[in-house]
Amino acid sequence: MAVAQRQGGLIIILSFVVALMLSIIDLPNWAEEIRPQWVVLVLIYWSMALPQRISVGTGWVMGLLLDVTNSAILGQNALALAFIAFLTAHLHQRLRVFPFWQQAIVIFVFCIIFNLIVLWIKGISGSAPNVWLIITPSFTSAIFWPLVFISLRRIRRSYHVK
Amino acid sequence: MVLDHRFHATDAIRSTLSIVVDPIRYVVNLPTDIKNWAAGSLVSHTTLEDENQTLKTQNQLLKAKLQKYASLKAENANLRGLLKSAKKYEDKLEQVLIAEILSVDLDPFRRKVVINKGSSHDVYIGQPIIGAQGVMGKIIHIGPLSSTALMITDANHSIPVQVNRNNVRAIAMGIPKNNQLELIHQPNNADIKVDDLLVTSGLGCIFPGGYPVGRVTDITTNLSLPFAKIIVQPTAQLDKNREVLLVWPDFGGNKQSDCRGPEEDS
Repeated sequence: MAVAQRQGGLIIILSFVVALMLSIIDLPNWAEEIRPQWVVLVLIYWSMALPQRISVGTGWVMGLLLDVTNSAILGQNALALAFIAFLTAHLHQRLRVFPFWQQAIVIFVFCIIFNLIVLWIKGISGSAPNVWLIITPSFTSAIFWPLVFISLRRIRRSYHVK
Repeated sequence: MVLDHRFHATDAIRSTLSIVVDPIRYVVNLPTDIKNWAAGSLVSHTTLEDENQTLKTQNQLLKAKLQKYASLKAENANLRGLLKSAKKYEDKLEQVLIAEILSVDLDPFRRKVVINKGSSHDVYIGQPIIGAQGVMGKIIHIGPLSSTALMITDANHSIPVQVNRNNVRAIAMGIPKNNQLELIHQPNNADIKVDDLLVTSGLGCIFPGGYPVGRVTDITTNLSLPFAKIIVQPTAQLDKNREVLLVWPDFGGNKQSDCRGPEEDS
C-alpha cells in the first residue's frame, strides 16, 4: 500500500478534545445516566474512516486521557477503548457499507462491550456499580451515532483529512 | 492497573497527563463561571443592599456566638486543669484555603468532585475538605492546577467518627446510592439514637477532630444479624456546595506519616 499523505491531524485531535469536553460537561442527574459515550463514538468513526492511521494506539492514549479526566483507575478506559478500536479497525470494511440504522446497532453492541470491560475492571477493583447503567448510555450512543457520523464525515471531507 | 489501584505507583504519570486534561476541565467549567460572573455583576442595587444587611446581621450573630465560645473555652481549660486531665485543650487554628468545585461530571458510579486547587497550592493527597455544614471528603489525586476529591458518601470511603453525645466511636462508610453513610460494625445494643450528631474523632490522622459529619436518621436492629444497621445523613450539602475549604490539620505532636489513615483507594 502506498504511503498516503497524512493531513488534518489537528482536526482529529480537535474532535477528540471536543469529545472529552462533552463527556465531562455538567449535566443534571437524570441526564448523566444517559450521557452518550462521545469518546467511544468519535474513536469508532475515525478508526472506521482511517483505520491505517487511527487504531489501537490512539484508542489507548485517548483511554488514558479519559481515565485522568474521569479520575478512574489508570488503564480501565484505555484497555476498553483499545479493544473497541481494534474491533472497528478489524471490521471497518464491513461497517462502511452498512446503512445508518445497521451501523447504529453495531455501535450499540460495541458500546455494551466497552461498558462490560469497564464494569469488569470496576468490579475487580471493588466498586459495585449499577449494572443497568451500562445499557442506557450504550442506547443513547447508538441514537447519537448518525449525528456524529454525518458531522464528522462532513468535517473530514471539507478539511481533506486523510 | 493493579499498580495504580493498590500501590499508587502511577501518580506521576497521572499528574503529568492532567496537565493536558486541566485546560479541558477549565474550558468546560467556563460557562458556569460566566453565568456566575453575570449573576454577580448584573444584580440590582437594592438586592446588594439587602444582601449586605443580611450578611451584617449574620456577622453580628456569629460574633455573639464567638464571645460565648471564648468564655466556654476558658471554662473548659479551667475544669480540665482542676481534673488534671492528660488531654490538653489546644486552641489551634487550622490553616485553610477556599477552593471552588469545578462543574465537571465524573464517573456517575462514584462520588468524586474536581476542585480548582492543586499541587501548586500545596494540596496533598489525603487532605480533608470541609463545607460550611460539615466534612465533605478528602483529596485522592492531585494535578498541578486541579485535584480530585472523594466524597464521604462514596462506597470506598470510610471516616472515623464519634457520637457527640457520649463519645461512642464508630466508622461511617459511604452509601453512594442515596448519598448517605452507614455506621458499620455497631452491635445491636450500641448506645446510638436517632438524631445523634456524629463528629469526626480525629483518629486515623486524616480528618481533624470535632467537625460535624452527619446525623443518625434510621436505626434498624435485627436480632438475627450480628450488627445494627445505622443510617446517617451527612450534614454537609454534598451536591449543592460550590465552595469548599481545604484544611491543613494539625495533629499535635503526631505527624501525618506516623499513623496510617483509613483504607482508601481510587
